[in-house]
Amino acid sequence: MLSRLFSLAAVLMAFAVMSDAVGQQTVKVGAIYPLSGNAASAGNYSKAAIELAVEIVNNDHPELKDLPLAAGSGLPGFGGAKIDVVFADNQGTPAAGQNQALRLITEEKVVALIGAYQSGITVTTSAMAERHGVPFVNPESVAANLTERGFKWFFRATPVAGDFARAYSDFLKEQKAAGQKVSSIAIVNENTEYGNSVASVIRELFAKEGHNVTQVIPYSANTTDVQPQVLQLKEKNPDVVIFISYTSDAILYAKTMKDLNWKPAIMIADNAGFNDPSFVSTSGTLVEGLVNRSSFAPGKSGTLSALVNDLYKKKTNVDLDDASARAMQGMLILADAINRAGSTEAAKIQAALRATDLKANQVVTGYNGVKFDEKGQNILASSLITQMQGGKYVPVWPKDKAAGELKLPYKGW
Amino acid sequence: MSAILLQVIVSGLLIGAVYALFSSGLTLIWGMMNVINFAHGDFVMLAMYTAFIVWTAFGGGPAAAVPIAAIILATIGVLSYLLLVRHIMRGPMLAQILGTFGLALLLRYSAFWYFGANFKTLPDDILGSPFVIGSIRIDAPRLLAGAVGLLVTLMLHLLLTRSALGSRMLAVSEDATAAQLMGIRPERMQAMAWALAAGSTGIAGALIATFFYTSPTVGETLAIVAFVTVAFGGFGSVPGALVAGLLIGVIEGLSAFLIGPVYKDVVVYILFVLVLWTRPQGLMGKA
Repeated sequence: MLSRLFSLAAVLMAFAVMSDAVGQQTVKVGAIYPLSGNAASAGNYSKAAIELAVEIVNNDHPELKDLPLAAGSGLPGFGGAKIDVVFADNQGTPAAGQNQALRLITEEKVVALIGAYQSGITVTTSAMAERHGVPFVNPESVAANLTERGFKWFFRATPVAGDFARAYSDFLKEQKAAGQKVSSIAIVNENTEYGNSVASVIRELFAKEGHNVTQVIPYSANTTDVQPQVLQLKEKNPDVVIFISYTSDAILYAKTMKDLNWKPAIMIADNAGFNDPSFVSTSGTLVEGLVNRSSFAPGKSGTLSALVNDLYKKKTNVDLDDASARAMQGMLILADAINRAGSTEAAKIQAALRATDLKANQVVTGYNGVKFDEKGQNILASSLITQMQGGKYVPVWPKDKAAGELKLPYKGW
Repeated sequence: MSAILLQVIVSGLLIGAVYALFSSGLTLIWGMMNVINFAHGDFVMLAMYTAFIVWTAFGGGPAAAVPIAAIILATIGVLSYLLLVRHIMRGPMLAQILGTFGLALLLRYSAFWYFGANFKTLPDDILGSPFVIGSIRIDAPRLLAGAVGLLVTLMLHLLLTRSALGSRMLAVSEDATAAQLMGIRPERMQAMAWALAAGSTGIAGALIATFFYTSPTVGETLAIVAFVTVAFGGFGSVPGALVAGLLIGVIEGLSAFLIGPVYKDVVVYILFVLVLWTRPQGLMGKA
């Protein structure tokens, strides 16, 4: 009996030694997303996208030849090391996000963090990373002030509020020139970091550009009823409404506008909730003609984005949406930096992130590339305008990136 | 009064009746057993998913979903009582609070695991188009939910105050030992109270699903309103929940419309504090 135990132990030890010699190093990365709470649906799609990014990096994907790290498995600059993502749930609250960041850094000993979807939670999680000197890649939060804090470890890949505001402004000017009425504009925004900051950036730019914002309605996203907001709109009857909302409230707006029978001539949604695949599947038929922004369009088959979209669809049964595509891109940027750093040392990864230089054909999203300025903002990020047509978002503006014809006025249900 | 203001009040009354509907189960449990059921919102969530399954499985509308959800939730209520609440009631107050809170988390995360995080909705026209009276639009699902809300609260109230069963249940809630001496079995009555409360919550959830989104965390959003409604109306008072629900619905609607949506909670909570200040037992609660 005893000898048996010994031989078992010997075998186990041999395995341990062997796997140490043969198995490459793994690099632990922490990902903080809303896996429960009101944004859980969007958070879980982002999680799937990040898992796919890691799967592409860790395994051989020769068909995605333009994408750095896709061909060959693991990180070649790091002895073929594989990436291991530890997911943590921010539960939709800044406090939970902060606690999870601390746990990932101190207990899981991750070398870098990615996340955290909601701008308000990215504020607290990235502050924790900054304090501990851990690189933080933010793929999707758009609140303007995130890159105005003088942080040294914070890198944001997404286009920001100023870029969208500019796109909306130019888009509306073009519609005005084409004879659409755009003389009164309402902004309806959820009142956390994301909604407030995007709304104020839009208001500032619109004032400069001569657009007439006649009504601003901030509200709490975690609400049971949006009838009063829709009735406020109905009373003033603006030509254009811009919604800045998360998923649950976006669904309520779509339903309530139909119930109360009111719609503007142009309805714009600032991504987020209105782009969540579960919004599109539950309420897509209630918002025909809704104008939206996106940094991702699958494009023609055979292109990099279309191939990646196919892989994602195989995994989740839905198309890659904009927020998830940006999350995935964030993970690919981080993997590229760790590969070039060839080390788990925080300062080396930080330096590699600073030196990031990806071209337009090397990214999954529609960015013109990735290059961070001294504040950590990607200066090559860009977005296009899409429109809900037959239950799907189709790129319609600017014309050189359009895949469909813009149809106005807004049809709704 | 402008037509749009009238619409605000009508919409407020409709949503208020719905608040009353899903709060009555919570207040009933408190009135019967002095137990706060923190899993109440998640009971509503389960009922909403039931309605969704009834629709996707065989295209059944609320007429099918309401009785099915009532039966399923009544069963879950009795099981919760027999397996959990009965035992923790013997423990300290903290154990009761944490016990039902644990049940809430169990139900919520089971829903995450089984249904996924996606939002679901029933078809928007499941009950046909809204009623239009002049310029006022009354949404059919909310009207049905509101009307049933009134009916269920009324029936619960009559059952408790006018029937032998109600007297027995009240006897147990007032003095379980004395009731036992009179030949009433307290545990049976308490199981009955859980069945009634969870069953009416089932009705509420199945109706709310016709106009609201369903997700694993929807119970959290709704539970907050339910707790305020119950405390406002008076813990344990079914008519109190009705009055409070309607009041909150209209006040929320008017303050959101006239002052702004972000201020509606401030207005509701200020009134709430004022009511508790002058009447700590709530509008219609027992002192």
